[in-house]
Amino acid sequence: MKPVSKPVKAKKVSTTKLAAKKKSPAPRSASQYILRLFVAGASARSHQAVLRVRELCSTVLEDNCTLEVIDIYQQPALARTNQIVATPTLIIELPAPARRFIGNLTNINGLVIELNLSTKVKIAP
Amino acid sequence: MTRPRAKHTGKKRATTAPTLLPKCPTGIQGLDEITGGGLPRGRPTLVCGGAGCGKTLLAAEFLVRGAAQFGEPGVLMAFEETEKELKANVASLGFDLEGLVRRGKIVVDYVHIERSEFQESGEYDLEGIFVRLGHAIDSIGAKRVVLDTLEVLFASLPNEAALSSELRRLFRWLKDKGVTAVITAERGREQLTRHGLEEYVSDCVIVLDHRVNDQIATRHLRVVKYRGAMHGTNEFPFLIGDEGISVLPITSLSLNHKVSNERIATGIQRLDVMLGGKGFFRGSSILLTGTPGTGKTIISCNFAQAAARRGERVLYFSFEESPDQIMRNMHSIGLRLEPLVKKGLLRYLSARPSLYGLEMHLATMFKEIATFKPHVVIIDPITSLMDSGSDSETKGMVTRLIDYLKAGQITSLFTSLTQGGHALEQSEAAMSSLMDSWILLQDFEGNGERNRVLYVLKARGMKHSNQVREFLISDHGIDVVDAYIGASGVLTGSARAAQEALEKAAVLAGQQEAAQLKREVERKRKALDRQISDLRSDYEGEALELRRIAEQVGTRTLMLTTERNALGILRQADAKVVVSTQIKPKPVRKNG
Repeated sequence: MKPVSKPVKAKKVSTTKLAAKKKSPAPRSASQYILRLFVAGASARSHQAVLRVRELCSTVLEDNCTLEVIDIYQQPALARTNQIVATPTLIIELPAPARRFIGNLTNINGLVIELNLSTKVKIAP
Repeated sequence: MTRPRAKHTGKKRATTAPTLLPKCPTGIQGLDEITGGGLPRGRPTLVCGGAGCGKTLLAAEFLVRGAAQFGEPGVLMAFEETEKELKANVASLGFDLEGLVRRGKIVVDYVHIERSEFQESGEYDLEGIFVRLGHAIDSIGAKRVVLDTLEVLFASLPNEAALSSELRRLFRWLKDKGVTAVITAERGREQLTRHGLEEYVSDCVIVLDHRVNDQIATRHLRVVKYRGAMHGTNEFPFLIGDEGISVLPITSLSLNHKVSNERIATGIQRLDVMLGGKGFFRGSSILLTGTPGTGKTIISCNFAQAAARRGERVLYFSFEESPDQIMRNMHSIGLRLEPLVKKGLLRYLSARPSLYGLEMHLATMFKEIATFKPHVVIIDPITSLMDSGSDSETKGMVTRLIDYLKAGQITSLFTSLTQGGHALEQSEAAMSSLMDSWILLQDFEGNGERNRVLYVLKARGMKHSNQVREFLISDHGIDVVDAYIGASGVLTGSARAAQEALEKAAVLAGQQEAAQLKREVERKRKALDRQISDLRSDYEGEALELRRIAEQVGTRTLMLTTERNALGILRQADAKVVVSTQIKPKPVRKNG
């Protein structure tokens, strides 16, 4: 929940809270995309999911996003308030409507398509 | 000091020696009796059943009672209903879930998972549930956990293989946590649960069932499996009342109620006489069977009146007539019940048997009995209730009811309507074994009329009459009279009256005959007397004659001697004269 501004590619996944944000405090529309990723500890799946989301942020979304990585082991109360059932869970809060993806995001294309469609709609005009 | 210690340790050893499976009491009425103390402690229990059988409620009651009665906080993880809904639902059953949540005794975590709201992409696990559950358990130190319908997960998460392995892990984890868990699941068609949850939870499985028989729904509970413990395997009816679930464990009841030697009158004197002279035992169960119109209700009301007049409270469950109707009808035979009702000694409760299921009837009866605290309970007729369940169910219910009443030393009278045409004894054989006394009312048809008779078929513990009695219903109530038993069977009604007349006539005829005979004898005696006097007078006449003749002979002899003497004198004879003169004077005197 605590978006910490840090370079996207800078850090590797650690057991503690992972947080990533776009490169620099953006002068333009700060966060067109708000992503939150809930992971459970340093499992392989968590790792994969974090890497893939970061990849997504830095490439497709061109760092135009706020990514928050939450380890539910560290913050179990957030699992409840955010209705987390499966891990990893990626919640795309913005642009609305909020969507959820569960799994280690092997099918990243699906996610891209989902986002691209909305990005196109959003960005094109 | 040392002694009590030694005792104490001895006791402890005795209880712990057989290393029984530790149990976790549910506090649910009857369920602990069936399971011998509750659910297996520290293990998961599966509760499965179709829609609307009370799975969630059972689970919620397990939690609420655990928190409120046994000091064991609990976590309720709900997949179907939100916290708000749950609170409202269980509040209607008298559970203060909200208060317990506020006091930190229970945590309700609603897991919202909707298939349409997420997409699957790659592999995942259910760590979210583990973390949430673990967090909730740790936050209040929970000992009990309820997972209400985990199967929602199957509907939402398409990857079944991943899910089943996760569930296996979940149950393992729950066991490791040492919490007693209740997992509810939807009933499947061919297996116990729709998604085979019983494969994972194998320590204890309880199946709930909601069946409709003849338009009346009854819930049943069955412990299918209980690893490591004895349990009742039967299907037990249960009901959801104002105070939660109560299971009716019919077969686990014990037979050890106290008995009373007090006898109570039936309100019909002759019937008391038939029952060893004193009436029924207090606290006994009485069955009154009869075909329609044999006077079951009348005898019941008589009994009720007699008890109420003694100052006892009587509770009368009527399943056929309304209270007003009974009272009006009883007027016609001179029973005034209203004053007793007004005094609060007699209470009528009427309900249609089809109003609700058998177990609900039983529950309402229990409640009424508990509040009114009667000395006598009358159920008129029990057979109406029997239509709303199968034989074994009703027998179970009656057993349960009788046991309940006997435990409280309440005398119970059940009337039973039997169909005409077949053996009465047979039709009620099943129920009669539960009864201490059994009175049979019957119609006798003959001579163009029907008459009522009454037998005491059995009366445990008393010397009862073995005879048939006719009972008459008049404006003044019931009168029991002797029936005639002749060569052609039992005579009742006008046949009895005719027989009485016949016997009277016979007696009269006999009397007349005797009088006739007496007169005859008298006459004969008189004739005899006459004859005797005739004979005597004959005899006396003849005796007189004889004497006269003798006198004549005497005088003649005298004259002869005197003449001879005179002649002797004349001839100068020297014969003695003195002797002859001595004889002389006697006949002379008599003649004179």
